[in-house]
Amino acid sequence: MTQDEVTPLLSVRNVQKSYGAIVGCTKVGFDLYPGEVMGIVGESGSGKTTLLNCLSGHLTPDQGQVIFDTRADGPRDTVAMSEPERRMLARTDWAFVHQHARDGLRMNVSAGGNVGERLMAVGARHYGDIRDKATDWLERVEIDTARIDDRPSTFSGGMQQRLQIARNLVTGPRLVFMDEPTGGLDVSVQARLLDLLRGLVRDMGLSAVIVTHDLAVVRLLADRLMVMKDGNVVETGLTDQVLDDPQAAYTQLLVSSVLQV
Amino acid sequence: MIEVKAVSKRFTLHNQGGATIDVMQNAALCVAPGECVALTGPSGAGKSTLMRMIYGNYLAASGAIRVDGLDVVTATAREILSLRRTTLGYVSQFLRVVPRVPTLDVVAEPLLAIGRDRDAAHEKAGKLLTQLNIPETLWALSPTTFSGGEQQRINIARGFAHEYPALLLDEPTASLDPVNRAVVLSLISDAKARGAAIIGIFHDADARAEVCDREIDLSSFATGKAA
Repeated sequence: MTQDEVTPLLSVRNVQKSYGAIVGCTKVGFDLYPGEVMGIVGESGSGKTTLLNCLSGHLTPDQGQVIFDTRADGPRDTVAMSEPERRMLARTDWAFVHQHARDGLRMNVSAGGNVGERLMAVGARHYGDIRDKATDWLERVEIDTARIDDRPSTFSGGMQQRLQIARNLVTGPRLVFMDEPTGGLDVSVQARLLDLLRGLVRDMGLSAVIVTHDLAVVRLLADRLMVMKDGNVVETGLTDQVLDDPQAAYTQLLVSSVLQV
Repeated sequence: MIEVKAVSKRFTLHNQGGATIDVMQNAALCVAPGECVALTGPSGAGKSTLMRMIYGNYLAASGAIRVDGLDVVTATAREILSLRRTTLGYVSQFLRVVPRVPTLDVVAEPLLAIGRDRDAAHEKAGKLLTQLNIPETLWALSPTTFSGGEQQRINIARGFAHEYPALLLDEPTASLDPVNRAVVLSLISDAKARGAAIIGIFHDADARAEVCDREIDLSSFATGKAA
């Protein structure tokens, strides 16, 4: 088969980040291929968000490489890139869905404006086109298009999260980072969001790295799973294999601690 | 198509005093295209465990498991995912789906995953659901609220939507009425006829006799220490 010749979209090598004497994450490495979704789980303080921030350029790792397969120049280490280059990638090829939608939205700009802003950042100027695309995306994330001129501050939590996703995906990114995308939402809203994300990943061929502490969410969304504890990766593998036949002591504890509904 | 060689399995329970349980040693079997092999043995003999190891859901402690040439024991996550998409289907006893997704989409999903267009996928899904006597009024509803037998049939429809060259069936006829049991057995026969290699667990001896070419008793691979 030719699949081994496919270049990973993201290659992470020996990434390490400390806060003074405290280890954020250490010796993290993995390859993420186009169309793959990787989940990162672990308890609070395990380093999963630190790692996500290192991968997405929000934090500079102390060590290691984060190699992204750029459209123009092929694989390049984003840690060694200049800030403007990295910012350009973040606008064109990456998306970051924050746990709290208000961190990823402009609360005082209309819903349509929130989506349109990302388009303008990559060069769109025609008002009609921008408005059409914004309308299309509001429909895709199931927000009533009559609300296009309303501010997100008037939206419910679930709607804000869906708007954040629309704003992030409108520019057709190839890699999406998500930090607890369903955290703090009602279970009924979570289910709808999970289905939406799954459909988008499949239809757009997106790759994604999802940080969460919710094992049910990764089981349904992620192909592969990485378990972290105290900044270290304790186990990796296929999601269902790690959850059904966990090898590491910590993973066994984590899986057996989930309450059955 | 499916070849299991010298496979053993051990569970280590780190949080229960580090207890280790050896459940299987030196398991071996071989299934050719068009053949259906039944795994037999008493409860705890490791039937589901072996099936899960073949699917890559459990890790084998040693040995080799080749499915269409790929050794599942040593393959990367990515290779196993690709194998599961295109080649190896698995009908488990449990239906695991995103809540609130309509039944028709649940069944069509394996086809969408290999890039089939939506209409063709839905048409095939509808055909299978009709065959399995799931009334059309239920297709737009999520299967999470369905009865056990209905969920089982949704699971089967999903497992047969794509014509996998290799299939693992864990109790496909359990909790089905005679009519639907016959439908499932005919689906299995059709899959064999098109050349699928099938491994099944059937507690129903008549069903086993009807579709299986051979039986493999797993108690001969058990270590005797299994719980």
